[in-house]
Amino acid sequence: MMNYFPDEVLEHVFDFVTSHRDRNAVSLVCKLWYRVERFSRQRVFIGNCYAISPERLIDRFPGVKALTLKGKPHFADFNLVPQDWGGYVQPWIEALARSRIGLEELRLKRMVVSDESLDVLSRSFTNFKSLVLVSCEGFTTDGLEAIAANCRFLRELDLQENEIEEKKNLWLGCFPDSCTSLVSLNFACLKEINLVALERLVARNPNLKSLKLNRAVPLEALQRILMRAPQLVDLGTGSFVLDRDSDDSETYRKLRGTILKCRSIRNLSGFLEVAPRCLPAIYPICLNLTYLNLSYAAGIHGSELIKLIRLCGKLQRLWILDYIGDKGLEIVASTCKDLQELRVFPSDPFGAGHAAVTETGLVAISSGCPKLNSLLYFCQQMTNAALIAVAKNCPNFIRFRLCILDPTKPDPVTMQPLDEGFGAIVQSSKRLRRLSLSGLLTDRVFLYIGMYAEQLEMLSIAFAGESDKGMLYVLNGCKKLRKLEIRDSPFGDMALLRDVGKYETMRSLWMSSCDVTLGGCKTLAKQMPRLNVEIINENDQMEFAHEDSQKVEKMYLYRTLVGPRKDAPEFVWTLV
Amino acid sequence: MSPPLLGVGEEEDQSNVTLLASPASNDSLCRNSSELKERNYMGLSDCSSVDSSGVSMVSDVNKSSLNLKATELRLGLPGCQSPERDPERRVLSSAQLDEKPLFPLHPLNDGQYPSSQKTVGSGSKRGFSDAMDGFTKEKYLAKSEVAPMLSPRPSSNLGLKTGSVLENLGTQPDNAKEVAPSKTVQERPRAANEPRPNHNGSANGNSSAPATKAQVVGWPPIRSFRKNSLASTSKNNDEVEGKAVPGALFVKVSMDGAPYLRKVDLKNYSKYQELSSALEKMFSCFTIGQYGSHGTLGREMLSESKLKDLLHGSEYVLTYEDKDGDWMLVGDVPWEMFIETCKRMRIMKSSDAIGLAPRAVEKCRNRN
Repeated sequence: MMNYFPDEVLEHVFDFVTSHRDRNAVSLVCKLWYRVERFSRQRVFIGNCYAISPERLIDRFPGVKALTLKGKPHFADFNLVPQDWGGYVQPWIEALARSRIGLEELRLKRMVVSDESLDVLSRSFTNFKSLVLVSCEGFTTDGLEAIAANCRFLRELDLQENEIEEKKNLWLGCFPDSCTSLVSLNFACLKEINLVALERLVARNPNLKSLKLNRAVPLEALQRILMRAPQLVDLGTGSFVLDRDSDDSETYRKLRGTILKCRSIRNLSGFLEVAPRCLPAIYPICLNLTYLNLSYAAGIHGSELIKLIRLCGKLQRLWILDYIGDKGLEIVASTCKDLQELRVFPSDPFGAGHAAVTETGLVAISSGCPKLNSLLYFCQQMTNAALIAVAKNCPNFIRFRLCILDPTKPDPVTMQPLDEGFGAIVQSSKRLRRLSLSGLLTDRVFLYIGMYAEQLEMLSIAFAGESDKGMLYVLNGCKKLRKLEIRDSPFGDMALLRDVGKYETMRSLWMSSCDVTLGGCKTLAKQMPRLNVEIINENDQMEFAHEDSQKVEKMYLYRTLVGPRKDAPEFVWTLV
Repeated sequence: MSPPLLGVGEEEDQSNVTLLASPASNDSLCRNSSELKERNYMGLSDCSSVDSSGVSMVSDVNKSSLNLKATELRLGLPGCQSPERDPERRVLSSAQLDEKPLFPLHPLNDGQYPSSQKTVGSGSKRGFSDAMDGFTKEKYLAKSEVAPMLSPRPSSNLGLKTGSVLENLGTQPDNAKEVAPSKTVQERPRAANEPRPNHNGSANGNSSAPATKAQVVGWPPIRSFRKNSLASTSKNNDEVEGKAVPGALFVKVSMDGAPYLRKVDLKNYSKYQELSSALEKMFSCFTIGQYGSHGTLGREMLSESKLKDLLHGSEYVLTYEDKDGDWMLVGDVPWEMFIETCKRMRIMKSSDAIGLAPRAVEKCRNRN
């Protein structure tokens, strides 16, 4: 029936299909649908920038307006991938510019962005509206100057946790006076800022909804900014400290008054520096908050933290440091009944930290917050009993990431591995898509994962398992697996080579400090020409380590349609 | 859950047994050892040139520490030290298995014991958890002179979140126990000083916090951005309260002619000598050791001629870019000032660096 409709009608129908996966599925129905879909596609997501080339992207989707690109493997976040591995955005921007694509939005994650790239970007796309950079590096404030100065219709500049070299403090002043279209601005990851330019910018951008400041913005400036922008929905404070010497009461009073007017704030973050006695100023907005991120607020703990939490009855997402302790989590559990996402970060990753959380806190959360579906939990210890209880209380996990600070710690009560606990989680949460394991784990946990985690897409394994069987259980059982990353686990060639076709159904596989050998990797590469099998070898051992029996320190493989990449550095060896 | 319990359990038992008796396991151990690409759990899987220095140091290590070398994971050339590993390893494991009091708080039957402990035979990695399990118990520590994971390697503080392993060894399980850490720390310095004379004492002296660090590369899995941020945040907050500052301070290190950059965590070092040694190992082909001691001279200023002298001696020098954007020689300001102002480092040819000397001296003068 659909074939009798003109293309325009098909296109109109497809407009309602927005998710990438659904559109991908649409494009596979028949040639007609493929054609209509590709010309009407505006938003493209590329999970691995080396899986395809910019030319092919442009060829297939000439109408692309919004592009998401991801570069380095996830473990690059934890320093497991050396500098200069790759992930450069330059060729993409150049190609898009050359082809006169009407790019409006660019979102990059773990990529290397140069000032030149930003400059070309800013000058090549007249309607460019949104730039979001997450965990990127390679650029300086010079690049930001170009964006500010040249993107006349910029709505969003969101810099999340990037490594930016700060040269001159001028970039914010480069926004022309005619720039009044800003909706979202986040520069929390910078150390400096031009305060005068900031206040002026906020004053002339009445549509600003999301503003995340850095620690160079003092409380007095925050008050003035909030006066200009009471319409904010999303606020990241900078420094929340009043000088002891200054006229505290006056500033504080003004701040309180100003904040009372900010009735729209739903998301609150920042507090990179904080004097707890100033916190009561924000109490009035706490009851409206749905997202609270205190994971950088090392200055808020103890009773101040609890007082704050008690006011946030509508929270759906909470990011916090483990200062909160088990007792604090009990209070979260009794206060935040709508909680869906919880992230507890370690305040002191390397120390003893008695301010840490344990299984007790997690169980409390699970019994108080049954809507919990996303968890990231760094803790001292975990028990099987606790995990089983959590699994019973919360059967809706989509993301479950547990990080016990001692990576091979067993259940401290029974001294058993945590296989049963994690098994309970995967069995009860049928919609689980992402899982990270830790603690003492045998092959059995992987058996459970293979059996029950049918929707699992991403799995992170560290210091776990006992034999190839573990990895095989996962590869065989998890049909929807897309990303598998493994470190320091005894999985070798047997597991790697058992089902080589599997890897073409996945985005990528990372294995470091495992038992796979060079020979195994070579065999895999030979059998699967549409995989790039990269050996990352930073050691001088490269020179005499060409023996096939040699274990490979780091291997990263990914499916690709464009063969070995040409920008690989010396220490990356792509096997063919 | 009733998946095939027996299957998994059986294998574990078997591999435990083979550890002690079966010739097949001996072969596998030998084979593993000979092809062993030793890995250092405590952090330095990407440290290359550490190997050579590590090997020579290990040979100096006394016998008691070698016992535990068997369980440790180190970087090393394939075939190095491997002959020694087998007897040690087997000795150790049988010792371990005999030591029921390894888990003194919880009675264990034989069947359970192997399952909660990874076997050594299945790969060098198991040794890590063997060591870790051992470390949760003070008794074990008391019996051993030197803790496992006292790898020669950790001296190369690649700054990838690895402090001196000597500080770190297996104490993260001790986090849960209040008593253990202090004891561990006491034993650690003694043990540490035995095998390795250089900079280990200082590394231990560095830990003002009572608990020692547990540092494996990339663990815990937190973005370095967050770690760095937490470090500077707590520093600001704690300046008033006077607490010890946790966290990390990563800076990039590039070297002229090297194909890639490295990052080091400046918090891992307490003086220039340590940093110098670490970088020396990381980028093995230069020597910067000579001037490392200058930083500890405190207020004493470097003279121009002194700087020139040391530059003269080596092929490369270590320089850094400070907050003002100036490139300076590493070592000319007191260590604390250096940490606060260093944005990144560069190892450059000494011929390029000569011009830095006068400026460096002047800066020091200006700052002081």
